[in-house]
Amino acid sequence: MDQEAFPGGIHFAQKGSDTVMAQSLLKAVDVKKSFAGVNALKGINLEIYPGEIHCLAGENGCGKSTLIKVISGVYTPTSGHIEMGGKSYNKITPIEAIMNGVQVIYQDFSIFPNLSVMENLAFNSELADKRKLVNKKRMRQIAQDAIAKINFDVDLDEKVGALSVANKQLVAICRALMFNAKLIIMDEPTTALTRKEVNALFQIILDLKAQGIAILFVSHKLDEVFEISERFTIMRSGELVATGNTAELDDKKFTYYMTGREIEDLTFTPENVSEEPVLEVQNLKLDGYFDNINFSLKRGEILSITGLLGSGRTELALTLFGMRKADGGTIRIDGKDVILNAPDKAIENGIGYVPEDRLTEGLFLPRSIGDNAVIAEIDKLAGKLGLLADKTRRDEGERLIRRLSVATPDANNACNTLSGGNQQRVVLAKWLAIDLKVLILNGPTVGVDIGSKRDIHEILHNLAKEGLGIIIISDDLPEILANSSDILIMRGGEITASLKPSETNVAELSGYMM
Amino acid sequence: MLVKKLMRQNETYIFFVIVLLAFVIQARSGQFFTPNNIVDLASALVVPGLMAIGAFMVIISGGIDVSFPALASLSIYITTSTLLDMNYQGGMLLPIVMVCVLGALFGAVNGFLIAQFNLPPLIVTLGMSSVFRGFMQGALNSRQLATIPEGMSSFGTSALFVAQNRTSGLSSRMPVSFLILIVVLIIIFFVLKYTMFGRGLYAIGGNETSARRAGFNVWKIKFLLYVIVGVIASLAGLIRVCMMTQCHPTNMLGMEMMIIAGVVLGGTAITGGTGSLTGCMFGTILIVMVQNSLILMGIPTFWQGVFLGMLIIIGTGISAYQVVRANDPARKNLGRARL
Amino acid sequence: MKQNNRGLWSFLNRDVYLTRLVGLMIIWLIFMAIFRFDRFYTPISFQTMAAQFPEFGLMSLGIMLCMITGGIDLSVVGVANFASISSALLLKEMAYENGVLPVYAIPAAMIFGMIVGGLAGAMNGVLISKVKIPPILATLGSLELFTGIAIVLTRGKAVSDIPIRYAETIAGRLFGVIPMQLVFFVLMAVILQFLLTRTTYGTKIYMLGTNITAAKFSGLNTDLLLIKTYMLSGICAAMGGLIMLANYNSARADYGTVYTLQCILIVVLGGVNPAGGKGRLGGVVLAICVLQMLSSGLNRFPQISSFYIPLIWGGVLILVMVLNYFTENKKIRESSNDSNTKKSA
Repeated sequence: MDQEAFPGGIHFAQKGSDTVMAQSLLKAVDVKKSFAGVNALKGINLEIYPGEIHCLAGENGCGKSTLIKVISGVYTPTSGHIEMGGKSYNKITPIEAIMNGVQVIYQDFSIFPNLSVMENLAFNSELADKRKLVNKKRMRQIAQDAIAKINFDVDLDEKVGALSVANKQLVAICRALMFNAKLIIMDEPTTALTRKEVNALFQIILDLKAQGIAILFVSHKLDEVFEISERFTIMRSGELVATGNTAELDDKKFTYYMTGREIEDLTFTPENVSEEPVLEVQNLKLDGYFDNINFSLKRGEILSITGLLGSGRTELALTLFGMRKADGGTIRIDGKDVILNAPDKAIENGIGYVPEDRLTEGLFLPRSIGDNAVIAEIDKLAGKLGLLADKTRRDEGERLIRRLSVATPDANNACNTLSGGNQQRVVLAKWLAIDLKVLILNGPTVGVDIGSKRDIHEILHNLAKEGLGIIIISDDLPEILANSSDILIMRGGEITASLKPSETNVAELSGYMM
Repeated sequence: MLVKKLMRQNETYIFFVIVLLAFVIQARSGQFFTPNNIVDLASALVVPGLMAIGAFMVIISGGIDVSFPALASLSIYITTSTLLDMNYQGGMLLPIVMVCVLGALFGAVNGFLIAQFNLPPLIVTLGMSSVFRGFMQGALNSRQLATIPEGMSSFGTSALFVAQNRTSGLSSRMPVSFLILIVVLIIIFFVLKYTMFGRGLYAIGGNETSARRAGFNVWKIKFLLYVIVGVIASLAGLIRVCMMTQCHPTNMLGMEMMIIAGVVLGGTAITGGTGSLTGCMFGTILIVMVQNSLILMGIPTFWQGVFLGMLIIIGTGISAYQVVRANDPARKNLGRARL
Repeated sequence: MKQNNRGLWSFLNRDVYLTRLVGLMIIWLIFMAIFRFDRFYTPISFQTMAAQFPEFGLMSLGIMLCMITGGIDLSVVGVANFASISSALLLKEMAYENGVLPVYAIPAAMIFGMIVGGLAGAMNGVLISKVKIPPILATLGSLELFTGIAIVLTRGKAVSDIPIRYAETIAGRLFGVIPMQLVFFVLMAVILQFLLTRTTYGTKIYMLGTNITAAKFSGLNTDLLLIKTYMLSGICAAMGGLIMLANYNSARADYGTVYTLQCILIVVLGGVNPAGGKGRLGGVVLAICVLQMLSSGLNRFPQISSFYIPLIWGGVLILVMVLNYFTENKKIRESSNDSNTKKSA
């Protein structure tokens, strides 16, 4: 229905497939899948060619994951069929998918943190061979061959749980390569990686392509799609919206296909900045993580702190929220020294924190949206004796979610019924409930749709204008450049640079970070 | 290198605690390092040791079993009373076969419920423990059997060798069943280390979804696990009855907590996936030592509960502290640097 | 037992567990009405039941609280015996030469017992929240420890010859009709229901049980909440112990050891999720009543051994869990047969 507004959409899709001459590796034809009457896939046609890097994009809940699971045989499609290896399947089993060279690397990598790299690598083939006994020598050989394929240097006896996220992913990639993989599906592979690690991953993807392996790269990050993929497919609410060559895609079209609406960029310009700083940090120190941290934040400002994973940025945020106790230095709120040794102390002093991982740290998913919103102010809501009527709680929850226009019919619905963007709003709503002076956000838009991302930025801008001091911890450099009044860069536990967004660019920022 | 590796392992610390405790007992009583005391300890270790092996396997897989004493009581009661009714005069082979078959059968019920319906093992085994006990006491109208078949009692009282304490003149018999413990230990050690089933237990304990995706037959592994545990527990029950030369249907009930405590003291993570059979045995030895040595030290036995409780709390407290430290890598390195 | 019919229906519809328990209870009551009407439906019979179940009922309430936070309390029986022995010793201490108790003695002994229980529970809470020992292990250790202390206090023997006045009062009848034990149970249940539904504490422990990390990041003092919860559980257990003391007119370190598993059974059957964050007091109370009616009812059939009770009880638990698998989980299984089902221990 939105296609009128952008007539190029579907047309362009056909053009894309014309330009490729090779025989397709995998073809999904009119694949439909419904769960209990809800159509998750409404007739998808997808073709993947040998050795191509194909990006599958779409907002959360658009059906990307369902499509992957249909291709890899986890789900049986309601109708339609899949062609691979010269055969047509109405129903494909996971084993058949693997036999046809399809390998999926899930977001959680499907690894065993408690076992060695060797076992993690060798289990699949040992099980495929229906072996009953363990032969350490053979397993070591299998593992060695696997890591050799991408020149991955790792101790095979190390427990996988002790590896970095990037190395865990490499283990998963090596494992996928062992079965004569022709198509490797990577489900949002860059989510937990730093920029440097993303670059390394992209190099590996290019190497795999050179070996003739096709990659289906699932992502909703614009820059990644442009950087790595040759062809793309974009889905929206169970439908394929566009497919074609990435070269013919631009920012605007991408955003439009993803969201179904046009979104203009926002840039933050500080207004109503206070005279006195609301938060001052002097010589702050946490042994083993950071030292000698100095900065100040005024009301109305958005301060961004960036740095690589392990630079101490997250620990700094946690220390400001009282989750970790500083080993030295002073923190001042409105000119008064405060000791923040527990989150409730921080909240008492008007500091709120939106954690990095919304699902595990920010929300109580099975509980009601209303309860999620009121939890931080629950003590204030109640009387001195801690008495709290159901109605008071519900009304307040209702008020909060309306204030941030969370899209839900009922505040009593469980929080896990919401989309990513709306969930992030609930986390924000929680903090708006209390009398806040400083709001710290760790990765405020990680895993959030483009549309919601912009909305969240807008909310932050408005909060700043209303007199809140905001700190954003992020390594999304374009986000930082567009949404802050000052940028601090951390490296190895120290602040290495302090810049104005207007005077710098992505390249310079990454230079300081490395 | 070897020392460094050993120092990183939990087992090393428990081993030191055991040695330390041994010397304390020796210093207080002068009786620890006597042949008969060592043999007594070994003899007392057989039944809890076997049960700990089963409990350990379940915990490794991320589950927990609180039904094994009830299960063992039931299979051993059926076996003993049937054999008595038959006026059985033969050797140990039939009792062992019977008890193992029954144990496997009852274990299969646990296994089926847990594997098929994906129910929490704690709840299933709790319920089944109740069912086993109710079946034994209600349907079978169980009572204490003061005599057991001749073959069984002679097995229970026969000795590999007799250890004599020259100073006190006391002697202790090393039961033949100790060999069964050793054999089962060796088999399970091999199973856990060198079979895909054993590695599968660790894999499921680490991450069940990943295990399924990797191609492990999770259903089969879980089912088989509870069958094996049923067999081992029943075997332990049989040995206990033989050694006591009478069958008391309920006096094994309640053992499960102490057994699980021993397994966890040995460094097995209650969340599954991590732990070694060596550690599990060390933990059990520690518990058995405390249970058996208070008398040697001249401490009235009614202090036993206090000591065991403290042991469990301190032991699990230390391992909890280690987990907290392991989750804070920068601080951990800092700690090392300061050392 | 009068309830608004429509209200009851919507209440039942909301909770499968409750529906099943009510169904089970009704079937059983009808069964008893048909076969043993004259012996089951007597005031005495109900009075006996009401005097018995508060022992384990109170302990179950404590375990329920801990399970809502995602934990478990295995130490309730240990705490109960520890508290009842402490109170019994105090009572004997306070009695005059002729065995008569001063007026203040019974309240004083009860408060003392509850303080002992509260402190024991608080210790559990500290071990779990501060030392970070998994609840199942911490309370397993403290079960052993409290039982151990109780044995040391009594040298393993029963404390008897307790001034009879105590049993007469606590195991007596209010207005000659209502067993006092029931009064204590109802009192505690009402207090807990109030805490769970009308105070921030209730909301907070449900939130904590759902996601403890998010609770911390929302500024909840999770350590304190856990300590409070286990303390409450300790107090409930102590009350259970005080009632045992009255019912048996003696105290001993190994009374009621079968209650540990039985209480967990009750709580799970009452619809409390062992993973935390879910469960209602109503369900647990119902499960307690069902258990008591089942076992008392069976006692009316002399030819049936009372040992069948655990069999039935365990069987019912497993049946309910399996039924849940077929009904509740059906949808979930269809839509996400590849979901992360890693249990949270």
